[in-house]
Parts: sequence; structure tokens; C-alpha cells
Amino acid sequence: MTDLAWIDSALTSARPQAVAALLRYFRDLDMAEEAFQEACLRALKNWPEKGPPRDTVAWLIFVGRNIGIDQTRRAKKQTELPDEEALSDLEDHESDMAERLDNAHYRDDVLRLLFICCHPDLPATQQIAMALRIVSGLSVKEIARAFLVSEAAMEQRITRAKRAVAQAGHEFATPDAADRTERLGVVAAMIYLLFNEGYSATGGESHVRAPLCDEAIRLARLLLRLFPSEPEMMGLLALMLLQHARTAARLDPDGNIILLDDQDRSLWDRRAIDEGLVLIDKAFRHRRAGAYQVQAAIAAVHARAASPADTNWGEIDRLYAVLERLQPSPVITLNRAVAVSKVGGPEAALRLIEPLAQPLANYFHFHGLRGALLQQLGRGREAREAFDRAIALANTPAEAAHIRMHLDRLAAEDGATQRKQKTA
Amino acid sequence: VQYAILCYDREEIIEAWTKAEEDRVIGQHRAYASKLAQKGKLGPVLRLLPTSAAMTVRSGDQPLVVDGPFAETKEQLLGLWIVDTETPEEALEIAMVFSGHKGHGSLEVRPLREMVSLAAVA
Repeated sequence: MTDLAWIDSALTSARPQAVAALLRYFRDLDMAEEAFQEACLRALKNWPEKGPPRDTVAWLIFVGRNIGIDQTRRAKKQTELPDEEALSDLEDHESDMAERLDNAHYRDDVLRLLFICCHPDLPATQQIAMALRIVSGLSVKEIARAFLVSEAAMEQRITRAKRAVAQAGHEFATPDAADRTERLGVVAAMIYLLFNEGYSATGGESHVRAPLCDEAIRLARLLLRLFPSEPEMMGLLALMLLQHARTAARLDPDGNIILLDDQDRSLWDRRAIDEGLVLIDKAFRHRRAGAYQVQAAIAAVHARAASPADTNWGEIDRLYAVLERLQPSPVITLNRAVAVSKVGGPEAALRLIEPLAQPLANYFHFHGLRGALLQQLGRGREAREAFDRAIALANTPAEAAHIRMHLDRLAAEDGATQRKQKTA
Repeated sequence: VQYAILCYDREEIIEAWTKAEEDRVIGQHRAYASKLAQKGKLGPVLRLLPTSAAMTVRSGDQPLVVDGPFAETKEQLLGLWIVDTETPEEALEIAMVFSGHKGHGSLEVRPLREMVSLAAVA
């Protein structure tokens, strides 16, 4: 490997920890980022000549901190120095620093950095953009591309988000166990949103948005390394790995989504599946069920089935029942109805979704599933009404095409029945 | 004598590799490993899942299961090759070729006490 490629990977991987530590020292996001950037430039200059330091992260923090202090001293003449307390953490030496990197309180730095990006006043897309820019270190250009907006628009969005975050002020005290759990929950939600931004892409977008999935997985791994005993973090990573494993099988050459039942399972990524299965088993040993774990367990049932016919629908039904209790939502009940229809037949499933007619009145998948169930029960006229409603609500041409296929099948069945009646 | 060549590196740096980087290193490893295999010098090759998938049993009156790898070290054990060579120099040479593919991290060359039958695994 060329030294530069290695240094590049080293700097990328060091970024979350280094920026997080610098933020603790300087208590200013811009200052932390700039100091890290400067430190990276020095690394690119020094490391190829002298060889990389044994501890790259500690080196970057140490150098970044000195750069920050220098700049503060230089700025002293023009502006007032930040108050003493903000800079109180600047007295230790490199050996001390290296030791600190393994210290438990250090985990909280990274968590804090991610948590700051999740400021509740920011819309979800801005939270994700902030995390990609500050924590992952993606360029504005890369982020703009992934979000399908212009670079200028993304630059503006991130600047605005940073300003909102800077005004909010942050808690730099070490969080207690309850705070930590809450922060982890908020950060996990942001990471899963990031993953879905990439995963929901279809057509020509899928190519540019796939890196979002990789980045989400990398962040989840980072968090799990820092908090190795959090079953929901294991669940989140497992869930993303199991979904990501299907990537190669889930779009046809035109970029349309291929449904799970129709996917070529030999294209699934076995390595990602193995890791996901291990993680979910590991998480369940803690006996602290959570929504990510249960969703991952559902994905695991699919991953274990060699073909759609081998799917353990009873297990999926049970898992959805658990998920309904943990996180009641009509969409989850709707998903459960698919499993119920496979286990108990279309009539049972239809009974389950009848109460959802109101809350899901404008939800494409509700009418799609309802139509399919009615069709199975031979109630063609009602099925057609449901499918018509679904088509009107379809979000993508692929969704509409899928429903049209059902309608065609209905028409063919009608034709067959009429012919049968004529011959009779 | 048989040796285990244990590959240690910073896991998070490996994870930050681009796809091209990963393909290049793994491709070179595979090509060289298959050469060794043809000469009958290669035994099992194991690539380990990330340490986040690991669990550790701590011995004691009541053995304790903890999540994560055995030790929080800067470099992690990522995988290993078993090789069979005449001399320790030859084992070191093989390790140097593997290390040349990525240029960082360390490879520990460790003689095996119990011999693995190469024929049995081939």
C-alpha cells in the first residue's frame, strides 16, 4: 500500500476520536475542526518522512491541541482570550494523553460529538449532514452528491446547522448512566436514518447514495467498540448489516426494487449476514429487548431462510408482536399482518388490519396489502378498489408497476372466470 | 516446522479502507496464499470478524462472559495463516511478503506446538 493511502485511512479513522477530544479541550466545534485539519496537514508532511507515530490518534490530538493553543495566543492580541475555564484542560503531556485514549471517559467524547449533531431543533436531514461532515469528515461536495442537492445548498445547510448547534451550548460534564443511555438512543436513531437515506435510494441514485450505508455501519461499529455491552447498539449494527447484505440483490438492472420474495439469495453477502447473526445472538444474551434487536431478529429470520418458502413466518409473527408492544405503530401491525397471512391465512390478516383503515388511509402499503388479501379471498371487486387506491398513493413508478401487475392478474382471473361461465 | 502468522493491525484503520484498497490487499494476499498452497506450505487461513462481534470468558470461580475482545489494545488480531516451512527464516520471509501487501501493522510469527495436518485441511 502506498504510504499516502495508508495515511488517508489512518486520518479518516482517527477523525471521530480526535475531533471529539479537541472539542472537549476547546469547547468550540469550529476550533476543534480547524485544529484537526491543521494536524492532518502536518501528518501528511511528517509521517511519510519520519514514519507514522505508534499512536496516530494521540499524535493528532496532541498536535491539534498545540495548534489550537498557538492560534488562541496569536489571536489574543486582536481579541480577548476565551475564559480560563474553557482552556483549563490543557496542562497534560503526551504520555498522559496516550493513557487517556484508553480511558473510559474518553468514550463520552465521541458520544458527545455525535450527540451534538443530533440537536433536536435540527431537521433529520441536517443532523445527518452534520454527522457526515463533522464526525465522518466527508467533504461538502460528497454530502451534497449523496443528498442530490447542489454543493452551495449543502454548504449553506451545514453552516446553518452549525450555527444552531453553537448557540445551543453543550454539557461538557461527564454524563451519568441515564444521560448516556439517552444520548446513545438519540445517536442510534440518527445513524439508522443515515443508513436509510442510503438504503431507500433506487435507480440512478442508488450508486451515489450507497456510501451512506457504509458510513452508518462504520459509525455503529465505532460506537459498539466504545460501548461494547449495549445490546441495542449490537441490534442496530446487526440490523444494518443484515439489510445491507441484500444490496446486490434488491435492485433490477433498471434500478427498480426487487421484493424480498423475488430476490436471488445467492447474491446476498454471506459475510455481512454471518456478522449480523452473531451480533443479534450476542445481543439477545443480555435479555434486554429493544426495537433494533427485534427488527434485526426479523431480518435474521429472512437471512436464515434458503428460499422464501423456508421462511419461518411463525417466528416473524411472534417477533412483530414483541415489536408492537415495544413500539406500538400501525405500520408495524401492518407488517405483522403479512406474517399472519402466511401463518393463519388472509382472513386473519384482514381482521388484523381492518382497524388500521383510518390511521393508514393515505398509506400506499396498507391498500396494497389489503388488495392482495382480498384478492386471495376471491373478493375481486373490493380488491380492485384497494389496488386503485394504492396506485393513486404510489410514491415511485416501481410501486405503481407492482400494483398494476396485481390488477392485470385480477383482470386475467376475471377473464378466465367469464370464459368458464360461458362454456358452462 | 509449522508457524502461525498472526496478523495484527488497527481495526478502525482497516475499516476506513476504500473498497479499492481492500480489494487490492485481499487480492494480493489470496494470490500469494494460493502460491504457497501449491507448494504444500499453506494450512488453514482464517479471517476474523470484527472485535465488536467478540465475547470473552474471564476465568474465575464463576466464569464471567463479557462483550468485546480479550484486551483493549491499540492493534487487534485480525486473522492468521498457518504455514509449514523448513526454517524460521522461510516463515519470516513469508510474513514479510504478506506485510508488504499493506505495509503497516505487525505480523507475529509463532511456532506451533501441536502440528496441524496440512493434508487434512487441504
